[in-house]
Amino acid sequence: MTASKGIFVDLRQDAPIPLAASFFCAPGEVLALVGPSGSGKSTILRSIAGTYRPHGGIVRVNGDLWFSAAEGHYRPPHRRAVGLVFQNYALFPHMTAAGNLMAAMGHVRPTDRPRRAHALLDLVHLGGLEGRRPAELSGGQQQRVAVARALAREPAVLLLDEPFSAVDKATRQRLYREIAELRRVLEMPVILVTHDLDEAALLADRMVVLHHGQALQSGTAEEVTSRPASPAVARLVDLRNVFPGTIAARSEDSGHGCIDWSGLRIEFRDGQGREVGQQVSWVVPDGFVILHRRDRPSRGEHENPVPGTVTSFLAIGQTAHLTLRPHHAPDLPLHFSMPLHAARRNDLAEGVAATVSLLAEGIHVMDGQAPPSE
Amino acid sequence: MDWTALWLSLRLAGLTVVVLLPVGIALGRWLAYRDFPGKGLVEALIALPLVLPPTVFGYYLLVAFGAASPVGQFWQAAFGKPLVFTFDGLLLASIIFNLPFAVQPMQRGFEAIPPEVREAAACCGMSPWRSLLRVDLPLAWPGILTAMVLSFAHTLGEFGIVLMVGGSIPGETRTVAIAIYDRVQAFDNAAAAEMSTLLLAISLAAIALTFAFSRRIGRKLG
Repeated sequence: MTASKGIFVDLRQDAPIPLAASFFCAPGEVLALVGPSGSGKSTILRSIAGTYRPHGGIVRVNGDLWFSAAEGHYRPPHRRAVGLVFQNYALFPHMTAAGNLMAAMGHVRPTDRPRRAHALLDLVHLGGLEGRRPAELSGGQQQRVAVARALAREPAVLLLDEPFSAVDKATRQRLYREIAELRRVLEMPVILVTHDLDEAALLADRMVVLHHGQALQSGTAEEVTSRPASPAVARLVDLRNVFPGTIAARSEDSGHGCIDWSGLRIEFRDGQGREVGQQVSWVVPDGFVILHRRDRPSRGEHENPVPGTVTSFLAIGQTAHLTLRPHHAPDLPLHFSMPLHAARRNDLAEGVAATVSLLAEGIHVMDGQAPPSE
Repeated sequence: MDWTALWLSLRLAGLTVVVLLPVGIALGRWLAYRDFPGKGLVEALIALPLVLPPTVFGYYLLVAFGAASPVGQFWQAAFGKPLVFTFDGLLLASIIFNLPFAVQPMQRGFEAIPPEVREAAACCGMSPWRSLLRVDLPLAWPGILTAMVLSFAHTLGEFGIVLMVGGSIPGETRTVAIAIYDRVQAFDNAAAAEMSTLLLAISLAAIALTFAFSRRIGRKLG
């Protein structure tokens, strides 16, 4: 690990902000730190930048030690080659856009600075606005200046702290596309802090789910959202169909088996390492809950049919968000969504009886107690 | 018009500002950025001249600077002259009683800089000194300017402390404010009125300039 390119972070402390997180990010990779506010993700970012000094841990970038509590080594922030894009951009209000970039070019010959500032502003589509002060730029333009300033430092690692939270939705969509394009030309590791799971899934290669400063799981967005490591992760990544159950049967070689869910048998496929009789939690993501059509049989109808009553029907845009209270366990509501037109065609409404199938391939079994449902 | 007294007042005010500029920046920045136990006490000590009667403050300074005090003895040994009833003593007293006028506006100026902006300076590779010169000072500038003008104008106008520590020695410790008092005592109201008008004009001009300048900076930073 010592000689490898990329950034290795391992932070440990109990107070004042608990931290227990370890991760690696390779050059060119985008790693998202995801968690609710107060989960310690900004503290981790500041520990990398050096503006926060934790009690324990290591930060190593391209083989260089930036921080080691054990060795008493701490490199101050101005001597770490980081580019940090702040949540509110933190541009220097008394400098022009170009001035902000040149302020980060202490390592460049003064005569070369204007040309480079110009090139970087072009890169973020701000050519021609060199002379504007931050107060004369829109939110989206300020964000681009902040990104360009972070790159002007020629950082060994690029850190983005909720960089899209202060702009409106339309601007955010445009900035997502620009960042996605930009990352193709970036050769350094990029660490993105966000509380928005969709943002992380869109921009990052991998994500680390954080809670109270602790890294609970790391993996691709698909892995984390379909196979959460624990009920806590499932809750953090907004999977609502988390239920308790008992392993009722399991085949030794295939891993297939059945869960007893309050009296209903639920088939699953990935039960490796579980024992019959074991108390578990299990989760089924929204996308694996399929409504039975009333007029003709639909795909997967024989898999885990769950009859119940629709208790809430909420249309947001073109999507219907539904809650079904199963007849066998009305206190364990199932949440799922489907296109609004499909819900209408099936005459779904509050109080209507309906049956859904839980596709066995989507069911994921976890150790640990399911958190109480809302 | 007592030109000697006016020149002495201007010299005293100018030197006070020159000394207080770095002292105020250091103290103001320290108080703005750091939290430590006893910070309230330090701030209270600095603010004391605002609330203490000038005669009381002057009395304590007189005792502290006197030939029997360690400060007075040190000064005598180091420079071969006493502190009380000299221009040096007056300057030292002026620096102390102007501390709140210098430190408080500068502290507010530094406090108004968002912490992320200072962090951004470090993350842009600026050393603490460079960050002070390129980011902190330009952004805290309205506060620093206010502090300088207030200290200058306040020194011109201070009376009680100057009288207690310096007395009224022409060319050494007699400031315009003291000279005005002397003229009134001598029933020379014309001279007193002349000097009062001049002092009023200088103070008004200084403060009006600061306000205008701060507003212009404020507009520029949006």
